[in-house]
Amino acid sequence: MHVRIPRPWAIRESEVTEERIYRARRHFMKTSAVAALGAGLFPGLVAARAEQQLDALRPLEKSRFSTDEDPNTYEEITSYNNFYEYGTGKEDPARLAPKYLKPEPWSVEITGEAEVTGSFALEDLLKPHALEERIYRLRCVEAWSMVIPWVGIPLADVIKRFKPTSRAKYVKLTTLLDPEQMPKQDSGGIFGFLSTIDWPYTEGLRMDEAMNELSLLAVGLYGKEMPAQNGAPIRLVVPWKYGFKSVKSIVSIHFQETQPNTTWNDLAPNEYGFYANVNPEVDHPRWSQARERRIGELFKRDTLMFNGYGEQVASLYRGMDLSKHY
Amino acid sequence: MAVLPAQLPPRALAGVKVAVFLLCLLPAGLIVAGLLAGSLGINPIESMIRQFGEWALRLLLITLAVTPLRQLTGAAWLVRLRRMLGLFAFTYVLLHFTAYFVFEQSARLGLVLEDVAKRPYILVGAAALLLLIPLAVTSTNGWMRRLGRRWKRLHWLVYPIAVLAVFHFFMLIKAEDYSRPLLYAGILMVLLGYRLQRGARGRMRRQRVHA
Repeated sequence: MHVRIPRPWAIRESEVTEERIYRARRHFMKTSAVAALGAGLFPGLVAARAEQQLDALRPLEKSRFSTDEDPNTYEEITSYNNFYEYGTGKEDPARLAPKYLKPEPWSVEITGEAEVTGSFALEDLLKPHALEERIYRLRCVEAWSMVIPWVGIPLADVIKRFKPTSRAKYVKLTTLLDPEQMPKQDSGGIFGFLSTIDWPYTEGLRMDEAMNELSLLAVGLYGKEMPAQNGAPIRLVVPWKYGFKSVKSIVSIHFQETQPNTTWNDLAPNEYGFYANVNPEVDHPRWSQARERRIGELFKRDTLMFNGYGEQVASLYRGMDLSKHY
Repeated sequence: MAVLPAQLPPRALAGVKVAVFLLCLLPAGLIVAGLLAGSLGINPIESMIRQFGEWALRLLLITLAVTPLRQLTGAAWLVRLRRMLGLFAFTYVLLHFTAYFVFEQSARLGLVLEDVAKRPYILVGAAALLLLIPLAVTSTNGWMRRLGRRWKRLHWLVYPIAVLAVFHFFMLIKAEDYSRPLLYAGILMVLLGYRLQRGARGRMRRQRVHA
């Protein structure tokens, strides 16, 4: 007999956009696009805005940490990604990740300086927690940004369950290493000698950063389960840091006393620091971080210190020289 | 090699010129149409800027390939297309710069100058653009006559300009995927190697004549 046990973290039916609204949205997009074309405008951009207006119809519980800015469209969020395990092109992850990544079953190893350690099935990891929606700004180190309605649980709540010891000063988070599911981990490509990423992708946070109320373990977006290309089934979201800190498809959470090595910092230490806090005053060596292109907008906008989350996180870095600890 | 006819009647040449002209316009037309139709992807502005830039580089390399192609095929009329190809390369450089100026730097010259001063790859791109201006200006028959032998020397600048353009492309790659800049670097090296080798042979021949 087959008994279907609903996964506790699965998105409830009531939370998913209603088909009727979805269709209305599509229709509205099409008609407004045509109208705008006639007017000689940019229908791609107009359509994106129209979809967001209709999103306001959707009843969503909002976290007090959510921005009230218009979120980017589901299409934008799921077809413009950096996920080098599937290629360096922005379209590669959307094309390949859903084909290769098997987010089920999934388990996460908890190891290192903690009283409770072991391997946990994703369901068990999430079970005690209530999912919430957090609409966060995401600022990529490449000077573009989006607004994304994530669904997830506070990282701090998860960490507390494992009772990190006093020696746990940092937490290291690691992406899956499996070339069968992440093909570019295997291939050096045509110019393999230039392939320098040492897989698996590894990121880290200071313990107080990980325990910050903004740090989120996300399992979905737009009220749906996390798409493969966005880091299914579980990923980190730390919105005051450049996007590359928000490691995808996590299989390991490790507590340790020393600062962990992190992928981009290893690759180009002068360009990508361990902290990687969004900071308009500290430029990337090759481009300015003062402004950013919000996807869907024509002109650039000013980048905010800590991506606008200074109220929650500025105190973490008091007294630190942020041009040195970039 | 007789792949191409050595001579072309004037009417056929005019036809070829019109065809090349339209072909050169095509990428710009597709890019602008894509922008208006919203089909340039999720980040259309960046896509537009990059495509204009890449077409500028491609056309520059095509322009550089005209003389070797003429020498290898014996099709003398190919040289009649060179000015148009070079001016189109310059046009795409201008489109690339204008799109960057308007959309990346909000049409503020101060921001552009700051960018040039701070960022090597912008500096390299700006150098290539500025060096191309005298070549575009002196591309007319009048200037060719006036400059005489110096015209050729001046227009040798197109080689360092192409090197700068390839470098500009190389330097903006974030990580890993150098395949396209490497491809263009390879093509440029072949073209440059051909010219250097031919130049050396020419000098040797001249020396023998003088001896």
